[in-house]
Amino acid sequence: MFENLTEKFQGVLKTLRGQGRISEGNIEAALREVRLALLEADVNYNVVKEFTAAVKEKALGAEVLASLSPDQHFIKIVHGEMARMMGGEARELNLARRPPVPVMLVGLQGSGKTTSCGKLALFLQKKKRSPFLVPADVYRPAAIEQLKVLGGQIGIPVYDSDPGADPVDICREAVKFADLSGYDTVLLDTAGRLHIDEELMEELRRIKEAVDPGDILLVADAMTGQDAVNVARAFHQKLSLTGVVLTKMDGDARGGAALSIRAVTGAPLKFVGVGEKLDALEPFFPDRMASRILGMGDILTLVEKAQDTIDEKQARELERKLRKSQFTLEDFREQLLRLRKMGSMEDLLGMIPGMGGKLKEMKGAAPDEGELKRTLAIIDSMTREERRNVKILNGSRRKRIALGSGTSVQEVNRLLKNFQQAEGMIKRFSQAGTRKGARNLPFFR
Amino acid sequence: MNGQGGSFFSRLKAGLSKTRELLFMNVEAIARGIGPIDENVLSELEEALILADTGAELSHEYVEALRAKWRRGELSDVEALRSELRRMVAETLRPRMAPLDVRPPYPFVVLVVGVNGVGKTTTIGKIAHCFKGEGHPVLLAAGDTFRAAAIEQLKVWADRVGTDFVRHKEGSDSSAVAFDALRAATARGTHVVLIDTAGRLHTKSHLMEEMRKVVRVIGREIPGAPHEVLLVLDATNGRNAIAQAKTFQEFTGVTGLALTKLDGTAKGGVVLSVTREIDAPIRFIGVGESVDDLRPFDAGAFAEALF
Ligand SMILES: Nc1nc2c(ncn2[C@@H]2O[C@H](COP(=O)(O)OP(=O)(O)OP(=O)(O)O)[C@@H](O)[C@H]2O)c(=O)[nH]1
Ligand SMILES: Nc1nc2c(ncn2[C@@H]2O[C@H](COP(=O)(O)OP(=O)(O)OP(=O)(O)O)[C@@H](O)[C@H]2O)c(=O)[nH]1
Ligand SMILES: [Mg+2]
Ligand SMILES: [Mg+2]
Repeated sequence: MFENLTEKFQGVLKTLRGQGRISEGNIEAALREVRLALLEADVNYNVVKEFTAAVKEKALGAEVLASLSPDQHFIKIVHGEMARMMGGEARELNLARRPPVPVMLVGLQGSGKTTSCGKLALFLQKKKRSPFLVPADVYRPAAIEQLKVLGGQIGIPVYDSDPGADPVDICREAVKFADLSGYDTVLLDTAGRLHIDEELMEELRRIKEAVDPGDILLVADAMTGQDAVNVARAFHQKLSLTGVVLTKMDGDARGGAALSIRAVTGAPLKFVGVGEKLDALEPFFPDRMASRILGMGDILTLVEKAQDTIDEKQARELERKLRKSQFTLEDFREQLLRLRKMGSMEDLLGMIPGMGGKLKEMKGAAPDEGELKRTLAIIDSMTREERRNVKILNGSRRKRIALGSGTSVQEVNRLLKNFQQAEGMIKRFSQAGTRKGARNLPFFR
Repeated sequence: MNGQGGSFFSRLKAGLSKTRELLFMNVEAIARGIGPIDENVLSELEEALILADTGAELSHEYVEALRAKWRRGELSDVEALRSELRRMVAETLRPRMAPLDVRPPYPFVVLVVGVNGVGKTTTIGKIAHCFKGEGHPVLLAAGDTFRAAAIEQLKVWADRVGTDFVRHKEGSDSSAVAFDALRAATARGTHVVLIDTAGRLHTKSHLMEEMRKVVRVIGREIPGAPHEVLLVLDATNGRNAIAQAKTFQEFTGVTGLALTKLDGTAKGGVVLSVTREIDAPIRFIGVGESVDDLRPFDAGAFAEALF
């Protein structure tokens, strides 16, 4: 699934690759890929339209960065714009007021409200607050019991709700009780409900009115599809949400609902749920979420690293050499040093869209840090002539080099094999790329 | 800024070719003696399919097929277009209409699986009610030994419907629960055993392996069982349901689907993709939280509600 999408983005890159700059003429195909990727990530259709329009405007108006190719530049804009849309405001709970501060959790059936109540209680307890749990779901079988069990697991008190009472009364009484008992944060676990259930939506409004919560958090499932906008909009209209908790992020859902919900409510995403256990709650990071929705792994990191570590002139020179099959051990050495600066080879390959699947076949060629050091030592023990022409490396030369570098002949042999592999690999890459060849490989860029 | 001129020019070109295309199609349509159909209608239909979680690719496929029919002059107006699309969707799903029939040898064993919070336990309660209504003695097995108060939740359903109930303590092995349930059912002459399981994301391989084990244990105890592995899908889920279905299929051999929460505004169009990936029919749909809110799947009605 992941690979699939990164491949789509490779498609995006291709359409812009080799172009001088992003223009009206060449951006459409790239935008189309973005649109498809976002829809596949469950971002709402209308949100996708708005988003791509915003990206287009940004991309066409943007200064062209000399250090980035248009494809990299485009990806950076897409990602940046998405992170910006989901980020911004403070993502803390609004607890700075006279305690006890009620926090309401609301949402569709099964989205993870009760579990998230437990998680937030634990989170607050770790922050030296004294939380109180209130089961206000009198409808679903054993819902009250569920919160009691969770409270028991983490040693946090749970209000003894009367299953026959009106949830509004339960919440009002529970907050009073918390006040008297000295708890400073009251987590109200409401029943799951459909956003179109007027009666139950009205119940939430009445709870809000009764307890004046510091936060009203919409708990939404990361797997939610196109409907996320309808749900979020209705809850927001009724309650003015102050935040969102996105649950079940430990799966492989791309979580496009995050963008949809944010777009229609403006409410900040505050937490993500990453498991069923009560410690599986994390703060929300817009950057990470954007990468996840876009399915592009760490491509941004790659773009940035490539920007820092490789200068264009060197890349051109290398490309020229490759063309003429003049790639020597000296160049190889230089590449290895660069790779080291950029992080490990595997990381690097993992960052290249579409390379996920090829990773395995390249494992043998990827040096680890120790190996890298020894490799450099071996190359350094060669004469200039030897580095430029490996063909002259006969048995006695190899023995000398092994001695000089504190390695073994086998290691020298292996290096030479690796070098030949790398040579082949690089050639294959440059042929697979556009006519402009290796220039577009991130590490040659 | 010389880019400006180019972009204006290319926009102009694009605009012109679009007009040309429209003109051409309308001329073609008129020549064939059918009313012109605005391209907009086709895009609207595509949009509606996407908004129903049908997925961009599949929605596009449907609309292209529709466009082809229209070009061949098979469709006369907007309404014809719309109902043809409904017909196509219904046709796709019609082969997947197959109710779940309890049949001997008893006990008929149903294992209910799915990701977290989709409605497994509730659906079990509803199915139990339905089978009981047909005169079958039913037993519910509390195979979710993990989630807080999951056992109590199922117990409430067992009491509500009036079925037998087998449970172990929280935290115990769910295959052991299944095993005991089968023994009890065999001893008591129960017709149907419905086994609840803990919700699990399909990406967690150890939990999926555990599921595989439950299936194996059941099969060892009663050859041919489980007679149904029912995967519950939540209609509010988007494209992820495809991965869910594929993975549960691989680990547990899904034989039927239940699509819950269709009483909301979500359409569940993702099942159109799911049924491309796995063979199982859609046994039930869930339309609410109470005991009666279960329906057999109807392809026509589903297509009707889709957009
Ligand atoms: N994997 C995973 N499961 C989660 C997460 N959050 C909740 N769940 C599971 O999702 C299911 C539903 O969670 P609940 O907390 O009961 O959901 P709810 O919104 O209170 O449900 P209702 O009260 O019935 O509306 C349970 O199986 C939880 O264990 C999460 O972040 N990751
Ligand atoms: N509106 C609506 N709600 C439903 C439907 N089916 C189940 N629910 C609700 O969805 C929530 C989750 O249902 P459960 O039956 O607990 O789901 P589950 O799959 O057993 O959950 P876990 O065991 O925690 O994984 C509950 O609040 C149910 O009442 C349905 O068809 N429509
Ligand atoms: Mg709950
Ligand atoms: Mg359950």
